[in-house]
Amino acid sequence: MMPYALREALAAFQRTPLLTALSAAMIALSLFVLGLFGIAAYNTQQVIARVETRVEVVAYLRDDADGDAVRAAMLELGQLPEVRTVRYISRDSALQIARAEIPEFEQVFAGLESNPLPASLEVAMQSHQRGPEVVEAMAGRIEAYPFVESVRWGSEWLDRVFLLRRVAGAATLVLGLAFAVVAMLIIAAAVRMAVFARRDEIAIMRQVGATEGFVRRPFLLEGLLTGLLGAAAAVGLTYAVYWLLSGAVFELEWLPPLWTGTGVLAGVLLGVLASAAAVRRHVRHV
Amino acid sequence: MIRFYHVFKQFPRTGMALSDVTFEIVKGEFCFLTGHSGAGKSTIMRLIHMAERPSRGDVRVSGYSGLTIRPRDVSMLRRKIGYVFQDFRLLQDRTAAENVAFALEVTGARRNVIQSKVGRLLAKVGLAAKSEAFPAELSGGEQQRVAVARALVHDPLVLLADEPTGNLDERATRGIFELFRDINASGTAVILATHDMDLLRDNPATRIIELDQGHIVYDSAADPVAS
Repeated sequence: MMPYALREALAAFQRTPLLTALSAAMIALSLFVLGLFGIAAYNTQQVIARVETRVEVVAYLRDDADGDAVRAAMLELGQLPEVRTVRYISRDSALQIARAEIPEFEQVFAGLESNPLPASLEVAMQSHQRGPEVVEAMAGRIEAYPFVESVRWGSEWLDRVFLLRRVAGAATLVLGLAFAVVAMLIIAAAVRMAVFARRDEIAIMRQVGATEGFVRRPFLLEGLLTGLLGAAAAVGLTYAVYWLLSGAVFELEWLPPLWTGTGVLAGVLLGVLASAAAVRRHVRHV
Repeated sequence: MIRFYHVFKQFPRTGMALSDVTFEIVKGEFCFLTGHSGAGKSTIMRLIHMAERPSRGDVRVSGYSGLTIRPRDVSMLRRKIGYVFQDFRLLQDRTAAENVAFALEVTGARRNVIQSKVGRLLAKVGLAAKSEAFPAELSGGEQQRVAVARALVHDPLVLLADEPTGNLDERATRGIFELFRDINASGTAVILATHDMDLLRDNPATRIIELDQGHIVYDSAADPVAS
């Protein structure tokens, strides 16, 4: 025999299937939005992590740069905590690299009378020092050396990725919250109807000495199950979208278990909190 | 076991329901509570059941005070108080046996305990053969018997019966009343609110408390002639 609270919670689903479906759907939508953002955020993060290992500041040197000064600067930079490596690329090796990496221009390079490429310093950053601010500060510092002609770093696209992530995060938060609020309102309505449908039982339960916790438990369980149902649907929907996009459009990775786990927990909490609030309001007046 | 000390009960909208009510019911006693509608009979029942708290004075039931009892203790106390009503208050979508089992189930009894107890109680109220019937399939008297069986699930110290025969014909009334006598004989105190004068007349030796507009106007326990 099922425990009383579970049996009653399931009976409530049967009594008001439409409300249950609506509540679960709203929770599902709210978590689905979160799930989509989660996939986007997680995959951007992966891409950024991969690209970030290449984040470096490239300083092009003047042709008249003094070798000793450059060596001294390399030593100095190499000792900074945020710097991983400092590499000197001479004009000749720059040309070699260019020839190897861009074979289409082989003819152009071959026809050159003198090497147009400058020597450069490539400064790679430590893995935790790759935020736009740190990299920009480093670039400024390197630019201050008198033998440096100009400095380049991947600032613009990094800034853009970070901004995109922030905008998407805000949009998700607003949309997710809106759905969550609607979900809570619908759950509250469902619980209210369940309380009304069971008012005779509740009165008798109190009459024969059931504890208040026992009286309320079926309603909380109803909320919990609705939340779980919504969360499961959200995981399913998100996975469907992931499956459709992955391979066809981009190479995507599915969310790590901690992320999905947190999402499901959020759905369950949403359900329980909404019904707890409704139960507090309505059961008292039976 | 039940003591009312100068109890006043005032309701915000309907005014004074009880004024300076003092009485005591001892273990195993049988007591009629009588008076016109609105005299305060149900209010006394609800105060004993701790569904209401006194506005002034104190109600003590089995060691608990109506002034200080905690919600959790109210639940525990109610398991020691059986309560039946004029309108039976059975769940229509459950059989007689399920209605009785419900009271045990919602107070956390185990399944094997529930099964044996429900059978025994329905037999005790004379409904063993109708345990699978729904309330709508039972007569008024039979429904009240189911309600009484439900009220007895926790072997209560006291059975409160609020106009239990108000909806019943004379024969059913006599049957229910005999049932209360049996229950009382096995040690449970019974407080029976009624304005059925025939019932009072047929049981002259039983204690009577009469109420009028919230006052006790007669208590046979305090009457030298009656006692």
